[in-house]
Amino acid sequence: MAAHAEKTAAAVAPERNAAPWTPELTWGAILLIPYITVFFLFVVWPVGYGVWLGRDPDSYRRLLADPVYLRTVWNTAAFLGIGVNLKLFLALILSAYFMSQRPWIRWLSILFILPWAVPSIPTILSFRWMLNSEWGMLNGMLWDFFRIEGPWWLVDPKLALGSAITVHIWKYLPFWTLILMAGRSAIPTDYYEAARIDGASRMQMFAYVTWPQIRNLYVTSTLLSTIWTLGDFNSIYLLTGGGPNELTHVLATLGVRYAFRLQELDMGVATVMTALPILVPLVFILIRRLGGRVE
Amino acid sequence: MAARSEARVRGTTPRRGLWDLVAHPVRRVLEEGFMAVLGVVILIWTILPIYHMAIVSITPLTDAFAGKFWPERPTLENYQTVLFQEHYFLREFWRQLGNSLFVALATMAIVLFVASLASFAISRLKARYGHVVSNTALLTYLIPMAFVAIPFYRVMSDYGLLNTLWALTFAMATFATPYAIWVFRQYSDTIPFELDEAARVDGATPLQLYWLVYLPLMRPAMIAIGTYALLLAWNEYLYAFLLLHNEERATIPVAMGFFLNTDDAPWSLLMATAIIYSLPPAALYYSVRRYMVSGLTAGATKA
Repeated sequence: MAAHAEKTAAAVAPERNAAPWTPELTWGAILLIPYITVFFLFVVWPVGYGVWLGRDPDSYRRLLADPVYLRTVWNTAAFLGIGVNLKLFLALILSAYFMSQRPWIRWLSILFILPWAVPSIPTILSFRWMLNSEWGMLNGMLWDFFRIEGPWWLVDPKLALGSAITVHIWKYLPFWTLILMAGRSAIPTDYYEAARIDGASRMQMFAYVTWPQIRNLYVTSTLLSTIWTLGDFNSIYLLTGGGPNELTHVLATLGVRYAFRLQELDMGVATVMTALPILVPLVFILIRRLGGRVE
Repeated sequence: MAARSEARVRGTTPRRGLWDLVAHPVRRVLEEGFMAVLGVVILIWTILPIYHMAIVSITPLTDAFAGKFWPERPTLENYQTVLFQEHYFLREFWRQLGNSLFVALATMAIVLFVASLASFAISRLKARYGHVVSNTALLTYLIPMAFVAIPFYRVMSDYGLLNTLWALTFAMATFATPYAIWVFRQYSDTIPFELDEAARVDGATPLQLYWLVYLPLMRPAMIAIGTYALLLAWNEYLYAFLLLHNEERATIPVAMGFFLNTDDAPWSLLMATAIIYSLPPAALYYSVRRYMVSGLTAGATKA
């Protein structure tokens, strides 16, 4: 009996020559229960429910007919295209800057991670008041120091979206700089020695030593950052609230607007679902990139 | 290491190209000057919003609309107003601070418990289908939180948890655990399996292995992830604002959002609240910064 059961188990298991069942494997299964419970209650069920809510093709038709939605798609594209790439490009440059061993730059690097260490809500609200065109500090300083009438930061839709992108970059730049610094530190020093002996210039060292070594990391960071930026609700919602005239929404804030301000749950879910054509390939690539190396 | 050698290498780069026609001392001065100017730009960029927060928080309420670089009559009375709950928007300040703390600590506890058990089962006990679990965890990590907010709200309502602190705690734990499992697994791979074997030879049960071998060795990763979960929950706005409705249940970020409901928000009080609320997490982050950087970048360099 036992032998038979074991044989069946071995046949069913995907791996060949599967090890026999041991008490340790029982414990392994038991210790996974808390996570699996959390996963089903709070991931599978809400996501499944969301897909079910977004099943009505009619909501998508209404969505495409809504000018606010179309504007939101453009905003999201700009937020991602500019926000992600500018942020990572700056992080690439700053990671080189902060690799410098000058003592004052080391001190500066400690200060530099403040935006990442401080909660985002207070700082976004601080930006919001600072950028107020009539009473904010920025325009106040522009007037006091240069006698310039500052622009309507959060009133002009283009500037408002630009401000939100700036706030986003401000918050996440330190994180990506740290990641790229870690990537740079992992490059063996011999490579630079060899390049130096060959008489490589600084640009050549970057092009032939640094970049090939961190290119993979840079691409992974770009993909990961795209997903996270897609989910950045706070930078828009607390800075502009989607305004003026609902012209600065991104998909994440528009979904919440439909569902909770307009009480149209299925429209809200449909809004979010329209991000799936970007999200699913990104997730697929990232799982291969991040998951593969764990084994 | 790499940095030092890169710097050394840079100093002795053979002369070539236009830049190298510039005399050496001049070049050094220009280079130092460039680094310094960039440093000042970075400093202003980093500090300005935080400086602004601090400045507004010490500006009297009546002067808040001046938009000055430095307040004419700096004062600490706003902090007093916040700490003694002497304003309509701040009636529940201490309770809300307590709510924030509760959610943050409970999230941290749940995440550390669930994720350390799961990562132990997967990477040390080699649980069957462990890789499936860890890949689905990774998948969860890659779903933007804001995108599941709407169904999550409905599901919490079905569970009868709406407008309780547990709703927010479970939400935060759900989104922090996958990353925690991922980091724990990466870190666990650096701990030699011989230690487990030695303990097994001495007759340790799997639970003893977890408690006496795994947890102590995982301490740095536990500190990093504990802090990560704590800060994630402490900082959360969207879920808090959807799941917690009234003032007594709100966390501080939600309470700060309430300020914006009026057209003439008391910005000085809002910024004083913001400073008080930001100090503990910033202090925590800086005190465990060493762990955070290595924890967060654990997988990054390999990816």
